[in-house]
Parts: sequence; structure tokens; C-alpha cells
Amino acid sequence: MDCRISTPFTKEKAAELHIGDMVYLTGTIYTARDAAHKRMMEAIRQGRPLPFDLHNSIIYYMGPTPARDGRPIGSAGPTTAGRMDAYAPTLLDLGETGMIGKGRRNEAVRQAVIRNGAVYFAAIGGAGALLSKAITSAEVVAYEDLGTEAVRKLTVQEFPVIVVMDSKGNDLYEIAASKYCTE
Amino acid sequence: MREINVAAITSCVRQMCMDANYHLSPDMQARLFEAAETEQSPLGRQILEKLKENLEIAAADQIPICQDTGMAVVFVEVGQEVHLTGGDVSSAIQEGVRRGYQDGYLRKSIVRDPLTRVNTGDNTPAVIHYTIVPGEQVRITVAPKGFGSENKSRLFMLVPADGVDGVKKAVLQTVREAGPNACPPMAVGVGIGGNFEKCACLAKQALLIPTDQQSEDPQIRKLEQELLAEINKTGIGPAGLGGTVTALALHVKTYPTHIAGLPVAVNICCHVNRHETMVL
Ligand code: SF4
Repeated sequence: MDCRISTPFTKEKAAELHIGDMVYLTGTIYTARDAAHKRMMEAIRQGRPLPFDLHNSIIYYMGPTPARDGRPIGSAGPTTAGRMDAYAPTLLDLGETGMIGKGRRNEAVRQAVIRNGAVYFAAIGGAGALLSKAITSAEVVAYEDLGTEAVRKLTVQEFPVIVVMDSKGNDLYEIAASKYCTE
Repeated sequence: MREINVAAITSCVRQMCMDANYHLSPDMQARLFEAAETEQSPLGRQILEKLKENLEIAAADQIPICQDTGMAVVFVEVGQEVHLTGGDVSSAIQEGVRRGYQDGYLRKSIVRDPLTRVNTGDNTPAVIHYTIVPGEQVRITVAPKGFGSENKSRLFMLVPADGVDGVKKAVLQTVREAGPNACPPMAVGVGIGGNFEKCACLAKQALLIPTDQQSEDPQIRKLEQELLAEINKTGIGPAGLGGTVTALALHVKTYPTHIAGLPVAVNICCHVNRHETMVL
């Protein structure tokens, strides 16, 4: 099913989505990859504030290319989400409701998704030029020294993603291949 | 003896870093366009259409096809009749990479030390492979390699008894484990033979072979066709969301090996299989 969703991404909105849904997101999302996640985890451990409010937030696992003049951002497609598996359950438990990346997640993330009623979306890997068109503004809000890995606040307009793990923990990657497998 | 100033190499490398990131080679692009026609899954076709559109936007706006503009891998074949002047050739190549990634608005993805992990800020150093060949030309290939797919590549030290079935099993296992993480549809480079490091290099070079070119060795040609067909039966499909197109291309490169071994390397690449070549 195709649907349009705007942020904040509440648990009520998350509960209505099912694996395979094509979702067009509008509103505010934040970027963080490996290095930014590591720093956020340190901040949590030390009781320091985070770069943004996790409550009802969506984190996009992405590190863009530099913007050309007149554009808010360069190429901006997803990175492999599995590298964030070590950190994601903590952030989900603290209020994050959506993750955008590509590739499989581990069981701990799946359990955290179920426990918190969150959703994992896939953006199309390798479509960074196309996806950049759905980003209308980008601003570094933390860890500027990390370059492409800094935390950015993005404004998105009908940003296309696919639900690959819904709030019940159903995993589209697990079942998708069997449908077309002819071995 | 022909003289070539290394400054010419810097400017070629700079240009190729940019070109490779904005455009796929025509043969690679043709495979992707064909896939959008033949894919059986409706969602898969929708994804492939978006990837086609992505290529158009990248070319029109001169922005990278993918935000992971990779670690630059540079293959240099130096004719033995060439005298390189004007400085050190490796520094000239690194300077070309530095300028290409800066001037081309490409992402800087390299960390100085694999353990302490501070970004070098200019995407250097590149990985450079030199070969000395006959003649008086210098042939340079720049192949920026993304790590979503590089991380899913594998090396197997099989034994002779494993034979061709063992090779197939190794390739299919690697592709299955890569699955959605390597941004399918993929391109697959397979190296068979040599030793530990030679085999990995063969696999990387196999990714550079034009997708419409077939091996001259009938046994290898057959293996390539069978492997590609079997990969496409896994059902992984575009973006790993199910479908009949999992790989767009697969090539095998072989080298003589030791009586005791059968090394197999599988270098997984996504559909953004980038490479540019220039001859000086
Ligand atoms: S695997 Fe390829 S398409 Fe996917 S993010 Fe990496 S470079 Fe881009």
C-alpha cells in the first residue's frame, strides 16, 4: 500500500504500517551513522544531552556527499543498517520510533522494534541522487568534525521509503526472497 | 623511450574520479535498463525504474550516483618503454584522487588508521596496483568501490577436491549472505586460483570486464553463465525485496595455482559498478 506520513512519527502512526508498504515521508528526520551513534551512546552513558530529542524521532543512516551551490545536500542514499545494530535498541528504548537504512537487522533490534512499536524502513540503496531531490534542507546540528558523519537535521518532502520491519517485528527481507526463489 | 610527465597522470585521475561517480559505463547501464524490463516482481520493477531515474539525475546534475563514492582503486599499467618524469608517480595519483574528490563534490570516506579512525579529509590514500607491460603507453583505470558491497566480499581457500561445485557453493553462499546489504542488483567478480592475495586481485579485476564480454575459455564461459543463472534463482531481487534479477553481471578470472590449493575470491559489487579508463 502507498501512504503519506508526516513527522513527528508517533507510535500510533507506526502501528498502522505493514511490511511492503511504500511510504512517502514529509517533515523532519535526523542523520547519524557509525561514528555519530558511538558518540550518542557515550553521551547517554555519561548523562549528557543528545543532539536532538529522540522522542518520536526518525534516524536516517546516511552520510551525504557535499552539496553543490544552490542545493541543500549532495547524493543522499542509505548506508547498511546492520552496523548500527549495537546501538539501535538503546535509542529505540529512549523514544526513537523510526530508522531508515538498508539491509538486515539482528534479533536484538527486532525485539526492540516490537517492544517499542517502532518501524524500520529501507530507502533504495544506490539511489542517492534521486533521494537528494526529496530533501529540501539540511543543517549540521552536532559533531561537525565528523564531516559526512556529522548529525544533520533534514527537512524532507515525500521522501520514499519501504517498510521492511513493521511494529509487530515482521521482516520483509525474511520472506521476500522465498516468493521468487526457483532453486 | 617515451617521456610522460606525471602531471598528466594527476589530471587524468582527477577527471576519472568524477566521471566514474556521475555515470555508469554504457554496458553496465544497459544491463540495468534490461533488468527493469525483465524483472518479474512489480515492486522490483518499481525499484529498478527508480534506479534508472537516479542515473538520469546524477548525469544531469553532476552529482554522484551513490553517496558512497568509495575508496578509489587505481590500476596502472606502465609500458616498459615509458620514462615517467616530473616527480613521483604514486604521489601524482594520490594528488589526482585528492583533487577529483574535492572538485567533484565527492564524499571523503577514508580514515587514516583503521583502529583510531580519523578521516583524512580528502579521500586519500587510494589503493594503487601497478603492472609493468610491454609498449610505450600508460593505461590507468579508476574504480571507486563502495563498502556496503565490499564488506560482503569473501575469500575461500578451498582444496582441489572441492572442484567446480565447491567454487559454485562459495559464490552462492557469498551472494546469499550479501543479500539486501549489497544494494542488489549486484555485479559479481570471481577470482579462481593464484594464491591468497592474487586471487582477491583477480576478483576485483573481474568486476572491470565489460558486462557484454564473455570469457574466451569455454569452460569458464559456461561457469559464468551457470553462476549468473543460479544467483538469479535465489529470489533476492532488487534491493533484496524479492525478484528475479539479483545480479546484472558476473565474470570469472583465473590464474595457475599450487597443486594443494583452490583459492576462490568473490568480490561483491552493487549495481553502481564504477570504473573509468584512460590511455596516455
Ligand atoms: S553498496 Fe553500492 S549502491 Fe550501496 S551504498 Fe555502497 S556504493 Fe552505494
